[in-house]
Amino acid sequence: MLSRVADSIYWLNRYIERAENIARFIDVNLNLLLDSPIGVTQQWEPLVLTTGDLPLFKERYGEATAENVIRFLTFDRNYSNSILSCLNSARENARSVREIISSEMWQQVNAFYFMVKEAAQSTAPSQLPEFFSEVKLASHLFAGITNATMTHNEGWHFGQIGRLLERADKTTRILDVKYFILLPSVKDVGTMLDDLQWMALLRSASAYEMYRKQGLHRITPMSVAKFLVLERDFPRSIRFCIQQGERSLHEITGTPIGTWCNPAERTLGRLRSDLDYLTIDEIVQVGLHEFLDSLQRRMNEVGKNVFETFFASQPVH
Amino acid sequence: MNLDDYNPGDFYDELFIEQGTPRSDAVLLVDRINSLSMEELQRRQQSAQIALFKMGVTFNVYGDTEGTERIFPFDIIPRIVSAAEWAKLEKGLKQRIYALNQFLADIYGEQKIIRDGVIPAELIYSATGFLKQCVGVKPPEGIWCHITGTDLVRDRAGEWYVLEDNLRCPSGVSYVLESRRVMKSTLPLVFERMKIQPVEEYPSHLLETLLNLAPDHLPDPTVVLLTPGIYNSAYFEQSFLAQQMGVELVEGRDLVVSDGYLQMRTTKGLKRVDVVYRRIDDEFIDPLAFRPDSLLGIPGLMEVYRAGRVGLANALGTGVADDKVIYAFVPAMIRYYLDEEPILANVPTYLCWEPQQQSHVLANLDQLVVKCANESGGYGMLIGPHSTQAQRDEFAEKIKAQPRNYIAQPTLSLSRVPSLIGDRFEGCHVDLRPYVLYGKEIYVNPGGLTRVALKKGSLVVNSSQGGGSKDTWVVSK
Repeated sequence: MLSRVADSIYWLNRYIERAENIARFIDVNLNLLLDSPIGVTQQWEPLVLTTGDLPLFKERYGEATAENVIRFLTFDRNYSNSILSCLNSARENARSVREIISSEMWQQVNAFYFMVKEAAQSTAPSQLPEFFSEVKLASHLFAGITNATMTHNEGWHFGQIGRLLERADKTTRILDVKYFILLPSVKDVGTMLDDLQWMALLRSASAYEMYRKQGLHRITPMSVAKFLVLERDFPRSIRFCIQQGERSLHEITGTPIGTWCNPAERTLGRLRSDLDYLTIDEIVQVGLHEFLDSLQRRMNEVGKNVFETFFASQPVH
Repeated sequence: MNLDDYNPGDFYDELFIEQGTPRSDAVLLVDRINSLSMEELQRRQQSAQIALFKMGVTFNVYGDTEGTERIFPFDIIPRIVSAAEWAKLEKGLKQRIYALNQFLADIYGEQKIIRDGVIPAELIYSATGFLKQCVGVKPPEGIWCHITGTDLVRDRAGEWYVLEDNLRCPSGVSYVLESRRVMKSTLPLVFERMKIQPVEEYPSHLLETLLNLAPDHLPDPTVVLLTPGIYNSAYFEQSFLAQQMGVELVEGRDLVVSDGYLQMRTTKGLKRVDVVYRRIDDEFIDPLAFRPDSLLGIPGLMEVYRAGRVGLANALGTGVADDKVIYAFVPAMIRYYLDEEPILANVPTYLCWEPQQQSHVLANLDQLVVKCANESGGYGMLIGPHSTQAQRDEFAEKIKAQPRNYIAQPTLSLSRVPSLIGDRFEGCHVDLRPYVLYGKEIYVNPGGLTRVALKKGSLVVNSSQGGGSKDTWVVSK
């Protein structure tokens, strides 16, 4: 398979997943807003902080009001990670591999793009929650169509890796939003408000019901973090994403899992094995925020290694 | 309104002999159209357009930041070509392509045609498409113009003329294939009852033509289609053809010259490429050999090509024959190389380079169409009868300053086909671009792209200027 084509399928899936997750973490905050008692001021800056693009935001918008943050993350054509820009990039990538992916996939990316583009012109604040659920649904539809209409060949596996790495990264950020919101009010820990916040967070990862089904009656920060980081079978948990990503990577190379023949396999395998044997107590000891930070760094390294191993093949001189 | 009320006017009409009298091959079609209500026709027209848009049969509009794709307007009333007419066209096109290929091989080889005084050397060397880098190149099987899209027109008397040969990267064949698919569901009953030659074999023939360029000893040669990228106006077509043939669609950055071969970057390392169907113009294909500022090309490709280690379709340098001055010599080429009379005529062409012809052109500017020898797509033209004195003066100056760059032709009254415009049938001017492949033998896809000027009275069929397309039905014998 052409390196450029593999690269485009990888990014096509990454961008769609990214758009979905941005919708998710704005949604957490909107939910929190509704649940907050009168008098508690809503924090929007942490949302931008977790994207790593706070300086850019400050420069362009100044104050982190709800309106500014939502505009920046959702409809800003000049911010490369806004939902609108993600869809635009996803569509450009899809267009360049149109003869490789199924036409149903192309149509869905196209429809998704136009839905967001139109929303950018006409969405009133009261319609935002509905818009965000449409974004989530459209992303799921794309993933479903991809699974059902594209041969599960090398290209499909590159798409999986892109989607799963992006999802794992964004799950760390959704958890991190809560960390930042928690910071200014340590006194609230264990209160009703705190509980509500953790529930909202679970919901934003579509994890609330599945969390409940494990038989845990109480929602505690530790068990929520454990569920979203270490749960083996929940499809948005970080461990799940890393495991599945590793499978796809080894489907591509043919190397047995547990061994490696390139840096991508080595770094991803090491990360997977760490997550397999880690306990939540160890995570808490390091500090959740610090732990999430190091996960993000390691996943970036995996992404870089995937790029260098497969997408940037150079002639031998 | 039904087609009995349609007035063909003072033009050659492709479907009617005169008002109320369809040509024999069009009787079934006209009856069927007359049996449908105007609302029903409009509904079918609309669903055909929607189907084409959904299939993604679009072209990109330049200068639009949002990368808008537009559909090429499509008219559901087909153009019909009779079996006898087609037989003549097919024979004529084969003859012409065969002679043009001989010409290309000759001028980049022995140059006999120059030595024998048929075409002056200075006209060849001054044609922009002539590439001195290609002198001495011997492409596989001696074939230069593998893919051609010849533009044909008919005048008031119904005579066919070749307007342009398009030996570089002709586009549009995807419209032919996709509109046929749509037409089959738009007018299924007529289609079933008439015997119409299929066009669907084109991608298989194209693939065969390309495979013919690979060295014989390779059991499984790698063929790729080289595209300028997603912003090219014909990107849809390139991606469509790659998909139909099952070959990789590559961009310049996917290819690299390594170990003396052209290779593509894959996830498993470099892989050798044997044949390239390139949709990039000559001068952009290798920044080392041609334009150094080209970002689309592959540095070093020319050397691999010269060494015979990669096949290119079309060969580099074919653009020389697209020069409108060289075009004027095609009938002479046919006589020279084949010792035959041309079956298809050229549009009479005056060369301003020749003093006597120049004076004739300057004296008749208000009646002639003046064209720049090196431009295509309707650019750099003066349409005499529609021009102002100031425009004519400007062109007269240009002609006198650079006579080599201008030719003139009589204004042709193009043939027409009834078309559905709003709730009326209007006669619209058409041309025809059949696609010709030169592989083991020469193959002419039956039919071709009928472009139609959907603006009332307009003679311009280009898609950028309100032109659309029609399906072309070639009747079987």
